[in-house]
Amino acid sequence: MPMKPDLSIRIGGLVMQNPVMTASGTFGFGPEFARLVDLNRLGAIVVKGISLKPAQGNPTPRLVEVPGGLLNAIGLQNPGFEGFVRDYLPFLRQYQAPVIVNIWGHTIEEYAAIAERFSEVPGVHGLELNISCPNIKHGGIAFGTDKKMARRVIAAVRARTRLPLIPKLSPNVPAIAEFARIAEACGADAVSLINSFPAMAIDIETRRPILANITGGLTGPAIHTIALKMVWEAARAVKIPVIGMGGITSAKEALAFIIAGASAVAVGTANFSEPRCTLAVIKGIEAYLVRHHLASVRALVGTLETGSAS
Amino acid sequence: MLIENTIILSHRLIKGGYRLLTLKSSKIAPMVQPGQFVHLRVPPSADAVLRRPFSVFRAQAGRLAILYKTVGKGTQAMEALRTGDEVNLVGPLGNGYPNVCKNSLPVLVAGGYGMAALYLVAQRTKVKGIVFVGGKCADDILCADDFRRLGWNVRVATEDGSTGQKGLVTRILDAWLNKKPRGRTPEFFACGPNGLLKAICKRVGRNGWDGWISMDRHMGCGLGACLACVQKVRKRDASGKETWAWARVCTEGPVFACRDIVWEDNGMKQTSNTQHRTSNVE
Repeated sequence: MPMKPDLSIRIGGLVMQNPVMTASGTFGFGPEFARLVDLNRLGAIVVKGISLKPAQGNPTPRLVEVPGGLLNAIGLQNPGFEGFVRDYLPFLRQYQAPVIVNIWGHTIEEYAAIAERFSEVPGVHGLELNISCPNIKHGGIAFGTDKKMARRVIAAVRARTRLPLIPKLSPNVPAIAEFARIAEACGADAVSLINSFPAMAIDIETRRPILANITGGLTGPAIHTIALKMVWEAARAVKIPVIGMGGITSAKEALAFIIAGASAVAVGTANFSEPRCTLAVIKGIEAYLVRHHLASVRALVGTLETGSAS
Repeated sequence: MLIENTIILSHRLIKGGYRLLTLKSSKIAPMVQPGQFVHLRVPPSADAVLRRPFSVFRAQAGRLAILYKTVGKGTQAMEALRTGDEVNLVGPLGNGYPNVCKNSLPVLVAGGYGMAALYLVAQRTKVKGIVFVGGKCADDILCADDFRRLGWNVRVATEDGSTGQKGLVTRILDAWLNKKPRGRTPEFFACGPNGLLKAICKRVGRNGWDGWISMDRHMGCGLGACLACVQKVRKRDASGKETWAWARVCTEGPVFACRDIVWEDNGMKQTSNTQHRTSNVE
């Protein structure tokens, strides 16, 4: 009987029972999937982006399926800090899975302020800093594609919270490793990558964009191999943990991220078609570790062999 | 709400590209309320990263049927499904139609295969009402006989006049409303393209009737998480002032009270991933 492998990983002070989390924006604010997925089995629950004040998001249509993926421009609709704490957090506190709140703002001060407020709330175990959303006019990606801005916002948030801090990086940069290094230098506990790619779709009959926002963010299987390369680059550049995401539909893509250097992974778009995808990924990682006689998932992190095969 | 692997009992072409898919479902079928939908996993392909939502046509002990038309890559992939194949469903989802009010006369209005979403309303109501259905041509008029067998009065309109009255369904509805004898107050249950739903809401609002419409929006998760399929609904703010809020078609809907909908035309074509309850008539 083989030993059950140890799936646990650590991000800053946060210990996760396994490396599989939900990607922000694809798993709602907590209760939406709870009737189909045992939330206690997740490595962590990462909720949809929260801002200080409620946000209405973008007009519709907000989403369209494209070959190999999904284009969305939801626009970070959310109930705001107070609405989330009042209406959703009590539900999430019933579960043992750590809750990581994705936060965003229009200004550096807003980012810092919401980080500080969440630090005082029981039941929040980490903050993912959204500096990479392509679908809002001010904030989001503007912070994640400019090195000076990224440094300022991460440092400002770090100064106001002791919670594990995870900047979520944009793929829309020439060298993602530099942004990972900036995050590490500013005291981030981990980096997560990648957010969606700015993209668009056109209805050629009406000659109009399909999304009301004109452009959106591309996610799903189409972006997996690009995300994989970026995770590999980021993981080689920093010592803090890297959380890999982009097009995971099974344990296979998750394992590729881990081999490339990710300590944890997040399942995003696949939650929509397979609500229990996260659980299948956990199971698949465990089976792989048994099959490869690895005692822990940590032993697999960053084990990519690039020398010539002998 | 459950996730269930169902087995195809039958899958056949009815007419004009419309197909009837009957599934063996011991868990979801008994829970379905009129107007609710199921989220179906299309045979996996890289091209279909989303499930497809379908209104439930029939639901009885252990069986569930949907009526669909091939309109895109998802439904195209579904055509290949055969008896005995497994199909994964999430459902039943959303809020369906309410029970018909005591003392009211149920009036169902459908555009094309919006008919399918209304069948359970008719089947589970004691009072026999009237059904108005419209389509482009005779091929778009589905399951009229199913309603007749329940003892309902079915009135048909087609744009090309190939069956029933020539013209839009609202035309035969208006003709009936003009001559309608006094008596029970009509209560509307509608499913179809946005233009039709808006026309129903107009008539309902003008006369102070009750009306319920099933909205169609491009859905992502179907579980209320992604916030893709939102619809503006009326709301009062803390000071009592009228304003609006987003409601999720998959969760607060798909059925809404006519009086709650905020209609707007932002110039965007509202897309739906299956046109699951609407017909191709607009």
